[in-house]
Amino acid sequence: MENPYLPYPVRIDNIEVATEDKSLKTFTFVFVNPEDEEKFAYQAGQFAELSIPGVGEIPIGIASSPVEKGFVKFTVFRTGVVTTHLHNMKQGDLMGIRGPLGNWYPWDKLENKNVVIIGGGFAFTTLRSSIVYMLDPANRKKFKNIDVVYGARSPGMLLYKEELFEWEQRDDINMHITVDGTDDPDWKYHTGFVPQVVEDYAPEADEDTYAIVCGPPIMIKFTQPALTKLGFQPHQIIMSLENRMKCGIGMCGRCNIGKELVCKDGPVFTLAQINQTPKEY
Amino acid sequence: MDTCIEKIRAIGADLLAKGTVEKVIGFANGSIPMATRPVAVTSPKDMDKLVFNCVCGLNLANYVSKNSLSKKEGKIAVVAKGCDARNLVTHIVENQISRDQIYIIGVPCTGMVDKRKIAALFEDEITGFEEDGDTLTITSASKTETVKKADVLRHNCGVCTHRNPPVYDVMAGDPVEEQTLDQPYEDVDQIAAMDPDARWAYFEKLTQNCIRCYACRNACPLCYCPTCFVDESGPQWVGKGQDETDVTTFHFLRAFHCAGRCTDCGACVEACPMGINVRDFTRKLNKDALELFGWEAGLDLDKRPPLDVYSPNDPNDFIK
Amino acid sequence: MNFITIDKKDWTRGIDQSRNAYRVYGPVKDENGCQIKPLAPDTYPEMDAVVTVMSAKSVLFPQTEKILTATLDESKQDHHIMKPVKKDEMPRVVLGIRPYDAKAVQLVKLNFDNPDYQDPYWCAAYDATTFVGLGVTHPGPCDFSTAAGCGPFSEDGLDVLMADMDDKYLAKILTEKGEKWAAACGFDTAADVKESQALFDILRKEAEKQIQADVATDQLAKKEILDLYDAPFWEDVAFSCINCGTCTYVCPTCWCFDIQDEARHNTAVRFRNWDSCMSPLFTHHASGHNPRGTKVQRVRQRFMHKLKYFLDKYDQGIMCVGCGRCVASCPVNIDIREVCNRMNDYETTK
Repeated sequence: MENPYLPYPVRIDNIEVATEDKSLKTFTFVFVNPEDEEKFAYQAGQFAELSIPGVGEIPIGIASSPVEKGFVKFTVFRTGVVTTHLHNMKQGDLMGIRGPLGNWYPWDKLENKNVVIIGGGFAFTTLRSSIVYMLDPANRKKFKNIDVVYGARSPGMLLYKEELFEWEQRDDINMHITVDGTDDPDWKYHTGFVPQVVEDYAPEADEDTYAIVCGPPIMIKFTQPALTKLGFQPHQIIMSLENRMKCGIGMCGRCNIGKELVCKDGPVFTLAQINQTPKEY
Repeated sequence: MDTCIEKIRAIGADLLAKGTVEKVIGFANGSIPMATRPVAVTSPKDMDKLVFNCVCGLNLANYVSKNSLSKKEGKIAVVAKGCDARNLVTHIVENQISRDQIYIIGVPCTGMVDKRKIAALFEDEITGFEEDGDTLTITSASKTETVKKADVLRHNCGVCTHRNPPVYDVMAGDPVEEQTLDQPYEDVDQIAAMDPDARWAYFEKLTQNCIRCYACRNACPLCYCPTCFVDESGPQWVGKGQDETDVTTFHFLRAFHCAGRCTDCGACVEACPMGINVRDFTRKLNKDALELFGWEAGLDLDKRPPLDVYSPNDPNDFIK
Repeated sequence: MNFITIDKKDWTRGIDQSRNAYRVYGPVKDENGCQIKPLAPDTYPEMDAVVTVMSAKSVLFPQTEKILTATLDESKQDHHIMKPVKKDEMPRVVLGIRPYDAKAVQLVKLNFDNPDYQDPYWCAAYDATTFVGLGVTHPGPCDFSTAAGCGPFSEDGLDVLMADMDDKYLAKILTEKGEKWAAACGFDTAADVKESQALFDILRKEAEKQIQADVATDQLAKKEILDLYDAPFWEDVAFSCINCGTCTYVCPTCWCFDIQDEARHNTAVRFRNWDSCMSPLFTHHASGHNPRGTKVQRVRQRFMHKLKYFLDKYDQGIMCVGCGRCVASCPVNIDIREVCNRMNDYETTK
């Protein structure tokens, strides 16, 4: 019987400071046993448990994309015991990864559809995974228009800046990058909160358009009405939720929202599904 | 014993009807023999719910510490035995509540019974329990027993010297006679007289069945820390598992946090599903507070507890 | 299906005979009450004991259980690589279990052994365990097992069901595991099948009659989750709750756990502990956000999970076997029977 608690051993291959205040770092991991990478085959939207022996585990969205081979990437915010320990680790250190866990963005449903991606702050990780996946030459034709609204507090807090600006130059994706505020006179993009940018720049919805929303609760709270104004129905709004997790495999009972377990029945839910559950997230 | 219940209900109904208080916290009948449950009554017509008898062993002061009350709550009345009232005084002294937020309905108490002592009289489960003055009639499928309340009192009630609330807004009955005891801390002395190995074994045995449910901590009015030390993770002081060291550390440390504050109300032992006498930890500290500082908690609204103040007369023979 | 009789004079000898093939567990009395414990070589189960304070779930699911370990010594080749902890694989038998505790194991199995994931530790323990139950001839005042889908003589989950016939036990062997156990003890006195079954039926009916359950669950499935969630009675139910973990820990069908890591010198250990949805930190996010930060939310969660979410999710009845331990042990006498009836009767006014 496979042991779902056993992590795959990985080595830290690279660490990049991801934001100007150093509260986020992007870790690139390489599997110690090459065959584990295949076992770890994942879809954009899933998460994994990063496991540090003797310290603990944390559930983090997978930032790398299934089309990127040879490594997996995670962007981690320093906030507690395990994340602080992880932030203090070095290239070459060994640890573990369990996964892939959870469900993923409904890629089969999104084929031949317009996709609007909306992200805020450091919740952009699985959205990066999704964008890289969609833009991959093998996949781009599967989707119609792609619009991205991504905002952070300031330019220095945007994740994956180089990639964002690269995508902005492309003509097969519409980027709407925004910051809450900046005193940088050379800032070329939007200024304003994500919900406002969504209302002003995101395309109107028809029955072939879906929105994927990922961000802090406050952003989601105000983005919903904006999407409704644009004509999105609850089943067209796809969200990725967070909750406190431990096992990640639907057994420890901690992450439930009503009868849904965020780690197993989620973390991806449509707004229509979430409206049927108690608001305990 | 006059259980004062009629007077309690009348006082409570009057307070609610006049709007003096928003709610009255007291005990209601439980759903199984020998059980009562804390309840909050907000309407005079529900006053009949309140009871007061020899199985009201929990401490209602537990329901009025700062994090139990929402900011919008007005004045609250609490049915308080001697020990409960002392804990309300401690709450006020420790700034958990203000004196004018609490209306103390004092109840003179002649003690609560030890449910486990009673259950031990039977081989099977108890199906009925009746109290008539000082006599208790207890039934099971196999037999009926009649006992005197005084013979099955909880240990803390047996050594209680503060049966009458020291501070109150109204008394629901006439004061009862206070006991005087030659040796109130005989149980502590017995343990202290053991040699270290025997004492270690004693405490090991005491906590061997602890399931870390924290019922003792949560039933205790003194334990109102927003995050208890056992729940801290940065740094983690105590492991969360069943390792013996972790289990005993929890109990020892909790007792120390209650030093000079505990009123020996027995709610901790009452709440424990395993019947562990966690008072063996706290009573030693109560004795020390009495002998070193002449201090008993919760008797005076105006005195600061000894661990709060320094006085030149403080015993310092530990300085060698 | 066969029946045997076990003369009580042979009972302890048989248990001793089985000890080289089984680790034996059963109820024992100590100064804190009656508990299910592993039985030392010269101790025997107290078959007449009243219901144990804790259930038998710790036999399969210990309160603290090491699951993984790793060496942190960087001179070792496998440093920082976590490995499963080897478990004791010897078969075990739990004697004198109450029938509803065995049914509870079947409900817990839905969690630990499902098509998507299997918990190797729990499943290995389950496979190694034989449950020998004793029918409850005098259910206590907290027992409402008949209202919760089983009963004092229920067979669900048991390998052997015994009935106390004064000078002997009449035993119904229900599974192969049960047969193996009886053989290991040398219990082989056959009893007439028809007569024995008839006797069991009478005993069951007599025992069930004594349960004044008065707990209704028939309408729960029809209710809407959000209607029950928004019902006005939760504040009242939750008032006295002190958010300890007693109900969850004594309950045979509660299985939530926490995973913790500890490191000492050069060894890292990952273990799991029972955890309780009653604990304020249960759902506390690292950011400080807590979806169930108030007592009412946590109390509601417990009853909604047991009596509604589980019911809807698995369609196998409520997540409760009516053992009554939570009712007996709750320090503030919150009674699940009352809450169940309130939920069952609740009609939304919307």
